[in-house]
Amino acid sequence: MTHAAWVMPALPLAGFVVLFFVGRRLGDPLAGWVGTAAITGSFVAALVTMAGLLSHPAGPAREINQSIYTWISAGGLHVKASLLIDPLSLTMALFVTGVSAVIHLYSIGYMKKDRDYSKFFVYMNLFVFFMLLLVLGGNLIVTFVGWEGVGLCSYFLISFWFERPSAASAGKKAFIYNRIGDAGFLLAMFIIFEKTGTLSYTGIFSRTGALSGSAGVAAILLLFLAATGKSAQIPLFPWLADAMEGPTPVSALIHAATMVTAGVYLMVRMHPVLALSHDAQLVVASIGVATAFVGGTIACTLHDIKKVVAFSTISQLGYMVLAVGVGAYEAAIFLMVAHAFYKGLLFLGSGSVIHGRHDEQDLMKMGGLAKFMPITTITFVVGWLAIAGVPPLSGFWAKGAVLDSTFVRYPVLWVVGIVTALFTAYYMTRLFVLAFTGNPRFHAAIDTRSGGAHATVEALSGSGSGAGAGEADHGEGRLSGTAAGDISGYDIDVGVAHGGSGGGAPVHESPPVMTIPLVILAVLAFAGGVLDLPWGGPDRWNALSWLGPVFGHYLYNPHLSMAGQWLLGIVDAGVGLAGIAIAWNLWSRAWKRPELEPAFLASYWHFNDIYDTLIGRPGARLASFAYSVVELHWIDGVVNGVGSLMKRTGSGVRRVQTGYVRQYAVGMALGILALLVWVLVRA
Amino acid sequence: MIGATGITVPALNYVAVMPEIALIAGALWIMLATAMSPRRIGSGASLFWTVAAGCVSLGFSVWQWEGVTPHGAYASFDGAVVVDGLSAFVAMTVSLTVIVAALIEEGWMRRRGQSAPEMHMLTLLSAAGAILMGAGNDLVVIFLALEIMSIGFYVLAAYDRRRLASGEAALKYLILGGFSSAVFLFGIALTYGATGSMNLAEIAKYLASNVLLHDGLLLGGMVLMLVGLAFKVAAVPFHFWAPDVYQGSPTPAAGYMAAVAKIAGFAAIIRIFVSTLQPYRADWQPAVWVVAVATLLVGGVVALVQTDIKRMLAYSSINHAGFVLLGVAAATTAGLSASLYYVLVYSFMVMGSFAVVSLVGGPADTAHSLEDYRGLYRRSPWLAWALALMLISQAGVPLTTGFIGKLEVISAAAAAHLVWLAVVAMMSAAVAAFFYLRVVMLMFSPSYGPPAGAAGAVDSGSMVAGGEGVPEPGSVAEGGEGVPGPVGVSSGGGVATASLHGEEGIVGGGGDASGYDAVAGEPAGERIPVPLSTAVALALCSGFTVFFGLFPGFLTAMVHVVTTAIPIH
Repeated sequence: MTHAAWVMPALPLAGFVVLFFVGRRLGDPLAGWVGTAAITGSFVAALVTMAGLLSHPAGPAREINQSIYTWISAGGLHVKASLLIDPLSLTMALFVTGVSAVIHLYSIGYMKKDRDYSKFFVYMNLFVFFMLLLVLGGNLIVTFVGWEGVGLCSYFLISFWFERPSAASAGKKAFIYNRIGDAGFLLAMFIIFEKTGTLSYTGIFSRTGALSGSAGVAAILLLFLAATGKSAQIPLFPWLADAMEGPTPVSALIHAATMVTAGVYLMVRMHPVLALSHDAQLVVASIGVATAFVGGTIACTLHDIKKVVAFSTISQLGYMVLAVGVGAYEAAIFLMVAHAFYKGLLFLGSGSVIHGRHDEQDLMKMGGLAKFMPITTITFVVGWLAIAGVPPLSGFWAKGAVLDSTFVRYPVLWVVGIVTALFTAYYMTRLFVLAFTGNPRFHAAIDTRSGGAHATVEALSGSGSGAGAGEADHGEGRLSGTAAGDISGYDIDVGVAHGGSGGGAPVHESPPVMTIPLVILAVLAFAGGVLDLPWGGPDRWNALSWLGPVFGHYLYNPHLSMAGQWLLGIVDAGVGLAGIAIAWNLWSRAWKRPELEPAFLASYWHFNDIYDTLIGRPGARLASFAYSVVELHWIDGVVNGVGSLMKRTGSGVRRVQTGYVRQYAVGMALGILALLVWVLVRA
Repeated sequence: MIGATGITVPALNYVAVMPEIALIAGALWIMLATAMSPRRIGSGASLFWTVAAGCVSLGFSVWQWEGVTPHGAYASFDGAVVVDGLSAFVAMTVSLTVIVAALIEEGWMRRRGQSAPEMHMLTLLSAAGAILMGAGNDLVVIFLALEIMSIGFYVLAAYDRRRLASGEAALKYLILGGFSSAVFLFGIALTYGATGSMNLAEIAKYLASNVLLHDGLLLGGMVLMLVGLAFKVAAVPFHFWAPDVYQGSPTPAAGYMAAVAKIAGFAAIIRIFVSTLQPYRADWQPAVWVVAVATLLVGGVVALVQTDIKRMLAYSSINHAGFVLLGVAAATTAGLSASLYYVLVYSFMVMGSFAVVSLVGGPADTAHSLEDYRGLYRRSPWLAWALALMLISQAGVPLTTGFIGKLEVISAAAAAHLVWLAVVAMMSAAVAAFFYLRVVMLMFSPSYGPPAGAAGAVDSGSMVAGGEGVPEPGSVAEGGEGVPGPVGVSSGGGVATASLHGEEGIVGGGGDASGYDAVAGEPAGERIPVPLSTAVALALCSGFTVFFGLFPGFLTAMVHVVTTAIPIH
């Protein structure tokens, strides 16, 4: 059953092609259903493949290299489109397709009435295709194609509402940060090909000897640079916060559950090379835990609900990278999967909140939403407790697995990790309290809405349409509404009119097509821990233990006693509960606490400013120097020189093209003469 | 064969020339049907018979291929015609080309409200010549085939008889073609003088067993034969005809000629030089290097300054000829494989490009300025996508056939230690990317003209001078036509279009001022009607280009089979 593995990427590709050509005709919501069906089919294909894989005995037999075809075969370079199906890649494929299917379903509701409804699903299906290429690729080139492809789709989807200047520039920011990482990926590929003569994973792993020494360290650190770009680690993390300009399903799918984990996956995939150098492992672990800490602290101070969740993602990715550095690859994947569940849930929940609050993302203007949005609230609670590390939810087990190994291998990093866990519980509790409990803080906003909202709308669309009609291009799409409040079709839910002076509830629960995915993810986030419970010894059966043979002796084993595990688990749970208690105490009493939101943290540890000062401004100065002096005087001279030389040559040669046959004939005759002389003289 | 005892008729194995027979039979049938039926036969019927003949020919060539690949080559007609991998490859490629070309020609004629039996007939006949050229194993047969092909081309070039440029193109092609044929024939004569035979197998045998003390005669013959064939494939400096002829010819014919002449010409070059004159490789190879470099450079650089898309495509086809020559210059199995692959995929790229050009050119086939392509995406998105695909493939962008072709040619040249040639080729590819992408950019840019468009359009007199820079003789005729072009084009076209369409430009320009809408950016022009047959041809070309760009294995394996049968020492 594994030979049909190619169906997994093929179905999203087919969905992409169909939607690309006839998506507009299918329209809303049929295009969305087609896209969702393609991804669901892919998920089923992944399940079938897994069943096939499980029928093989554990060990090398579960590693299937499927060469689809050879694209180029030139010299020593054979570029093959090949898939590597093993428990690792298949686990990734399963959760990628599964979470994608759920989020596609959610998007059917979320993107309703968007002007580019079908285009959204075109990009989403293309994204899943590239993500599966990345995950299933049997060599670095296929992975790289997927890597670039998801970056491209991420760019398209972040700037999906490109009329908004902030969205357009956020897309560019994400793209540029990722390009820095991609350069690392390319260089690493060059080094690996130079040293081992192959780019296929199995080939590289069988020749790791050629990579010992500085070349291997350079290769793995360059790959790690690529990973820091894709997985938003220090120093390349700031783009992820801006990426929240995209529609919320995009944030949930690409910027929480799947694409941003690609960096972690790449490091896990290349673990035999990483294992060559303990220094490199320490670098990876340190960067990971530092990112976890920095992201966690920033998340404590922000007001934008999506940005809080975004920095929480950065922080959680830091944990995964930490696990990779420690050598706890299985734990990294476990956390990745669990995180996909609860972070996808938190994002979709935030999306539901934003949707219900009519595109309000400011926590300060929420409060008391629990009354209005019961399903969203209940599911959000599950996500919140899961990420906070409350047993027995999935986050507790997943984070615990990472921290246990860290405790033994790098105790210092464990301290940072456990402090970050406190922050994690704190910021997510703060978010929950601010959004869902207390008194609603949005009446004031409502009052100004008929006038004020349209001011925002105008600012966003930039057309300054003045009185009456404005083009709102946010949230659920571009709607033409009038100030009078006749916004038919704005609300998907039962006729809860929004805005205007007409009244009605300011908040509404989202439609079933959005809440069902929430429920699914909530169940998974709650019970996801069963995937990898720490009991049962080495031959324990649980879902993720089938990953073990992939890593073999590379897997770090902390050798913790049962008592030690219990102790650490209690510490984890205690820290999580402490964080919740602190935050609940502080934020349920007063929602305005600027003293707890230091500007240093709220401005992302000044990372943006530092980049601006160190790179941006010197870059701009360098650019202006380059432009005014180098470009205008030197390069232009050369380029224009070459260009005009080309053009002059062209024009000159073109002048030979007189149109007169006699002159053509003479030209040919001269050519014959020259050739004759050339050949005869040489002979 | 003329012997001392009189004339003996050699064994005639017609199986060897079945593809040619199929094509000629198709042509004769169309001619008869046209002549015998009371009314001219409908264009649909002639298209049907042309495609049918092409398919039958394709079937025979596939059958030949299937026979040749396991059992080896065989000669017939007293060794004058050979059936081997190369000949079957040429026959298959040309047959495919005929089918696609017939579809494009049909669409072109349909838009003009004419029927095209003669055009189809000429296509079939010249294709028969091209296939014979690939199968010719005797210099006389090759010459004969070359003439059969060329005469068809001359008439095709003149087909648009109401347009002066078409006649001019045909006349130029005829005169220069005659010149080059004479040179080729002279080369044959010298070779015969040096080796005592015109049969390639005999020549090879002779050269293998004898060492010429005075090889000047043979060297001269070699150079002249090379020149004759280099003319057909439009290699520099024997390319002068190409831009004028491509520009003046009916657009579908130009695409067809570009494709077929290259296939047949390179097949003959490979057969004569690489397989027959192998012992003299050290002598002809440098000549091919020189021609290849000149072709790469001139084709790439001069295309930069073209303002007419057909001329641009002509220079681009010269540039491509340089790439194919590069593989021949390498004269290794890999190089020849790469060359054959390149020629094959180029045929589809160039015919697809000309298919779009034949539609955008309008019923009068005159709107060929690059400015006519500004904003094409807004008017006819599918045409713009198709042309963009053809052009980026020609530019050598990955995931298209063009990329694989360039990659294989260049890597083969580098492997044959022709590093400098490979470098030149890469530079030329970089230059070429510019002029391809410029057209793509024009097509996808908004369709408003220069700000002064409306005001300037009133003063259309001054714009005739301002439009194109130095009008070349070929385009002067077009400018003077005054055939009403599509009004919609003018709004996008701006200056240059207005200069071509005279009064139409004023109307279009006037419409511009009010119709131009920066916010909506909606098309001010009309959608270009796409005849079904052209659409099918475009789908075939696009599908081929993408599919074999993604899955090149089948084609590369095929050309590899062809070239491994060629003895290379």
